[in-house]
Amino acid sequence: MSIVVDASTKLVVSGLTGREGSFHGLRNRAYGTHLAAGVTPGKGGQDVEGVPIFDSIREAVEEQGANTSMIFVPARFAAPAIDEAIESGVETVIAITEGIPVLDMLNTYWKAKEAGVRLIGPNCPGVLSPGKANVGIIPAQFFDPGKIGVVSKSGTLTYQIGNELKQAGEGNSSIVGIGGDPIIGSDFIDILKLYEADPDTELIVMVGEIGGDAEERAAEFIASNISKPVVAYIAGFTAPPGKQMGHAGAIISGSSGTAQAKKEALEAKGVRVGESPTETAKIAVEVLRG
Amino acid sequence: MDLLEYQGKQLFAAHGIAVPSGEVASTVEDVVAAAERIGYPCAIKAQVLIGGRGKAGGIKIAADRAEAEAHAGAILGMDIRGPHGEGPFRVERVWVEGGSEIAVEYYASVILDRGEKKLLAMVSAKGGMDIEAVAEEDPEALVKEHIDPTRPFTAAAARPIVDAAGLDEDVRDEAAEVLAKLAETAMAEDATLIEVNPLIVTADRQVVALDAKVTIDGNALYRHEELAEIDAESIDDPQEAMAREKGLTYVKLDGNVGILANGAGLCMSTLDVVAQAGGAPANFLDAGGGSKAEAIVDALTVITSDEKVTAILFNIFGGITRCDEIAKGIVEASAQLDLQVPLVVRLDGTNSEEGLAILADAGLANLHQETTMLGGAQRVVELAGANG
Repeated sequence: MSIVVDASTKLVVSGLTGREGSFHGLRNRAYGTHLAAGVTPGKGGQDVEGVPIFDSIREAVEEQGANTSMIFVPARFAAPAIDEAIESGVETVIAITEGIPVLDMLNTYWKAKEAGVRLIGPNCPGVLSPGKANVGIIPAQFFDPGKIGVVSKSGTLTYQIGNELKQAGEGNSSIVGIGGDPIIGSDFIDILKLYEADPDTELIVMVGEIGGDAEERAAEFIASNISKPVVAYIAGFTAPPGKQMGHAGAIISGSSGTAQAKKEALEAKGVRVGESPTETAKIAVEVLRG
Repeated sequence: MDLLEYQGKQLFAAHGIAVPSGEVASTVEDVVAAAERIGYPCAIKAQVLIGGRGKAGGIKIAADRAEAEAHAGAILGMDIRGPHGEGPFRVERVWVEGGSEIAVEYYASVILDRGEKKLLAMVSAKGGMDIEAVAEEDPEALVKEHIDPTRPFTAAAARPIVDAAGLDEDVRDEAAEVLAKLAETAMAEDATLIEVNPLIVTADRQVVALDAKVTIDGNALYRHEELAEIDAESIDDPQEAMAREKGLTYVKLDGNVGILANGAGLCMSTLDVVAQAGGAPANFLDAGGGSKAEAIVDALTVITSDEKVTAILFNIFGGITRCDEIAKGIVEASAQLDLQVPLVVRLDGTNSEEGLAILADAGLANLHQETTMLGGAQRVVELAGANG
């Protein structure tokens, strides 16, 4: 097993006729992902390398049985595209697009919640379940199938850690990029739950970065709900303090959002935190092999 | 993007929130002329993006023309540091506004709560002071209520928050109105933070926003033309301005080790690892996904325009980014820019072998290859020498 995407994934890509969308959509298909359809309003009836194009996601669901939607639509049109996906009948929406206005995402987040649709992203590299399916832009060649589940706010940092795990001879059940935006569809806790229930995942690597309090919340959740070992990495110890205005942010989260605060919160709950991507991979391998 | 106080107040005024009238000025003569028009007493307030202006001497009351001139001379050009040592921020502009007769000081804010995925409204009867301290010492004095995203946040919806905060009864209707308008402003202008401290009640019982801290979502600037113009004007660091022009994500830091990585997370992590190796990063520069050779030339132009930089680390893990493109960019930049400083290059991921071959063929004298991120960090710190 894996989480979020696997052999049963039937993918519909919004923006498949665009440059980025076709490049990555077809790359996902070449990896073995079942690419069922593409969607571009006004281009229904055409095809991209044999993949049928529809005017709406709902048609792709009805005609091709699509159950997972990937959004590659430019930022200013992306929130409506995600909303369309939420209402189309798919189970999972993976939004790769970066730069979506945060208040648009606020509305979209609640629509997904209400509809019971799993939203991953936006501004994320997608989800890879090695050997089964790849939805998004994660370069699959750096990951082998294995027992380590990865959940990360950052794309390239995940590749770095994944590659170090591979070099150490370990692989992944899934790699989930949740995205680094202020409002994301699924946060660490949502994905940790899935890994806890996934029999193929024996250890979880969590990659966070400065800002917000998702890591602190995850630390609390891990302490009472996750039985599998979790190893974490946090980026941004030397990031300059932003030109912070007002103090309302700190009041809400009860935390300063710094890398140090996140590290301490995780360590206080027994999560080992690596100093560098290299050390994090090393700790993960060490813990996994007992 | 953060707005200066006066820019925030102009936004408030546009949404029907009462603010004292005033004028912005950047020379002593203009301050005096504005003060003469506004009348005395008037407040002369430094416009910088940092809290603690008052304590630093950046806010003064002028009783007459002579005082206006003296205060303007003192405040314009002064360097203000934040309460945690941020900055310094040089005062280029002041806001001159009519003096307000303050009966009571409150606090009001609307902010995006990332964790709860809702806007949060906060009100306190204890305004005019450090609200973090209020929250810590007397948490019940700060009333916090999430705004239901599925319903309009009207004055009637805001009223219970105002009641719970225990504001003076005669101004509660008006305060609820202001709170609703702050939320409306946040939604209409794509603000992720709006803070008013103090929100005052004047001697004649008007509710007026005496300060404004506003943060606008940079991703939404395309639909706010005037705010986008403010954003374009707000960068005064020459490297940051150049980077912005070239479409690069660049933040200048104090050190001497230039950094270029792809992806924000990997770039932050690279700064950390360089610092752990004893170095001082000179910048954050995320070349982004799918960088082409030309972007690398631009990035090196920006990094080397900072004279403090004595060595540069490239830390690339190619996903969409192709290492051969990065290598071509390095070779091109070396030909165009006459690079004097050593370059430490770590290329891994997509097309790394092709990239390394391109670099080997070019035979650049100042280029040092490393195979790991840690190795690259140690090498660049050695080559950069002490940060002076």
